[in-house]
Amino acid sequence: MKKYASRIYLCLIFGILYIPIATVILFSFNNSPSTAEFSGFSFYWYKELFRSEEAWIALRNTLILAISSSLIATVIGTAAAEGIYKMRSKLLKLTINSVTNIPMMNPDIVTGMSMMLFFAAIMGIFRIADYNNIGFLAMLISHTTFCLPYVILSVLPRINELGDSLSEAALDLGCTPIRAFFKVKLPNIMPGVISGLVLAFTMSLDDFVISYFVGPTNFQTLPLLIYSMTKKTVKPDMYALSTIIIISVFTLLIASNIKSIIHTSPKRFKKGGKIR
Amino acid sequence: MAKLIELKGISKSYDGEKVIDSMNLYIRDKEFITLLGPSGCGKTTTLRIIGGFETADEGELYFDGVEISVVPAYKRNVNTVFQKYALFPHLNVYENIAFPLRLKKVAEEEIQTKVTEMLKMVALVGFENKSVSTLSGGQQQRVAIARALISHPRVLLLDEPLGALDLKLRKDMQNELKTIQQAIGITFIYVTHDQEEALSMSDTIVVMADGEIQQIGTPTDIYNEPKNAFVADFIGESNIIDGIMLEDKKVKLASHVFDCVDGGYAPNEPVDVVIRPEDVDVVAPEAGMLTGQVTSVTFKGVHYEIIVDIKGFKWMIQSTDYVAPDAVIGLYIEPDAIHIMKKSKYSGKFGDYSSFSDEIDQLSDADSAEEF
Repeated sequence: MKKYASRIYLCLIFGILYIPIATVILFSFNNSPSTAEFSGFSFYWYKELFRSEEAWIALRNTLILAISSSLIATVIGTAAAEGIYKMRSKLLKLTINSVTNIPMMNPDIVTGMSMMLFFAAIMGIFRIADYNNIGFLAMLISHTTFCLPYVILSVLPRINELGDSLSEAALDLGCTPIRAFFKVKLPNIMPGVISGLVLAFTMSLDDFVISYFVGPTNFQTLPLLIYSMTKKTVKPDMYALSTIIIISVFTLLIASNIKSIIHTSPKRFKKGGKIR
Repeated sequence: MAKLIELKGISKSYDGEKVIDSMNLYIRDKEFITLLGPSGCGKTTTLRIIGGFETADEGELYFDGVEISVVPAYKRNVNTVFQKYALFPHLNVYENIAFPLRLKKVAEEEIQTKVTEMLKMVALVGFENKSVSTLSGGQQQRVAIARALISHPRVLLLDEPLGALDLKLRKDMQNELKTIQQAIGITFIYVTHDQEEALSMSDTIVVMADGEIQQIGTPTDIYNEPKNAFVADFIGESNIIDGIMLEDKKVKLASHVFDCVDGGYAPNEPVDVVIRPEDVDVVAPEAGMLTGQVTSVTFKGVHYEIIVDIKGFKWMIQSTDYVAPDAVIGLYIEPDAIHIMKKSKYSGKFGDYSSFSDEIDQLSDADSAEEF
């Protein structure tokens, strides 16, 4: 009896979680505009989706923004993590750590609003009349800022775990501190850097709230486009778009899981090989 | 042999606690010198200052006559074998050893010749393409040594390099290290807490405690003529007894006047007397200079370890002859087996075996002798 109850419970959970998603996927292949009745299988809405130039541009914008902001955030974040690790004063370390986490803890809406105010002030100071002129830069700065803590959060533990011994060995053998970082430390904290990059990329990809406040009219991202479309009538081409996103995210997830399984294979952690 | 490294008045504190207290030391070219002491005595810090990983608060460090106190580690002609080896896990054995040469942009052919030469020296030919994490502790140790030696440093620093190896391997590596040092003819500065390791490998031993040098000397000097109670106790087993120097070559201890070979003390000066357990002969009670009651006997293989109570002070004696517990025995001591030391701050802290047990010996062996 108990066994059945737990099975039913599990099915219920998965049902509530995944039936809506499955419905979206299913109706994206509908051959009629109805959102209630499935009348036949077709790729019509996918064709429709990619016929609209707006969607293509939004997709391109989203990718450009996500790639550039996550790359910048990864570079700054890794450097910041190394800097935080090297700090001698515990108090300073704690303060910097907390300050960098603010964009993550802060509600997006507050971050978005304060960013908007900040760029308005910038426009005032530099007498920029058209927001579109600095729109992309503003988006880039905002996305980099809110992605930064995720990078630090995934790199810092790696650096802590690695410790000083390898860097010291590199210095001892003739590396300058900079070379020691790139030749020895970076390769060994790479898994953390990569996961920080992926995290930052997905964060930027699906951000809506901050982009809504900061986004200029000439640089629309996919989430913004979807939102503006839902204000009219929802057509199944949006289902098609959602399906594409779901499948991409799912693929990314599986890829990163497979990668982490490969990385934690016993070979890496044999005795003595593990770095403290 | 010329002085290669010289430390002048080096002091170092961490969080207000002095780890090294105005240390003066010189190290000669091509010698095997060991910094020996319990953990926390400042030996590793001294090594790190020579390596360039720490800067001394006070004092100067000279290398070949040039002051290098503030020269960064990567510019010093000194390489280190770290306690945990610190091999680069993202590189294979070959690339680990080739690392210093790659930094210097040495030609590929030369790298290959040199790495092969090094692999031969540390007996790791055939391991080139192995990942360092698949190697055993001893093999990792060899890679670390090869990597540290490939760029021909003038000095090799070794920070307890054999600490993580098992006993048998440690003995083999001791011989191998000594052979390597003699073959390439450079200075080795070796840090350990293992007195046996220090005695069997070193040309010179520097015994350290509480951030200060207690004694510098050859292994035989250190063993036969310890300067104070700390050194006597830390190197080997010792009975350290309070004595009074009546006159030159006459010392009174345990109410008996002994002939000895030392002199130069004030009349009736209180001294510490060291008598090694292996230098005491067990004789019949009436033939002994001292008599005492056996309190315990332990078989150690080569000899029996006998604890004897003499007027409330417990002596350790090593004898190949069995003595029954509770028996009353006589002790006979040759004059040259008696070593006299001046009183020091360590007097009275060591050399009494009244609380002795094998377990304490085992535990304290690794870190501190103060538990005796």
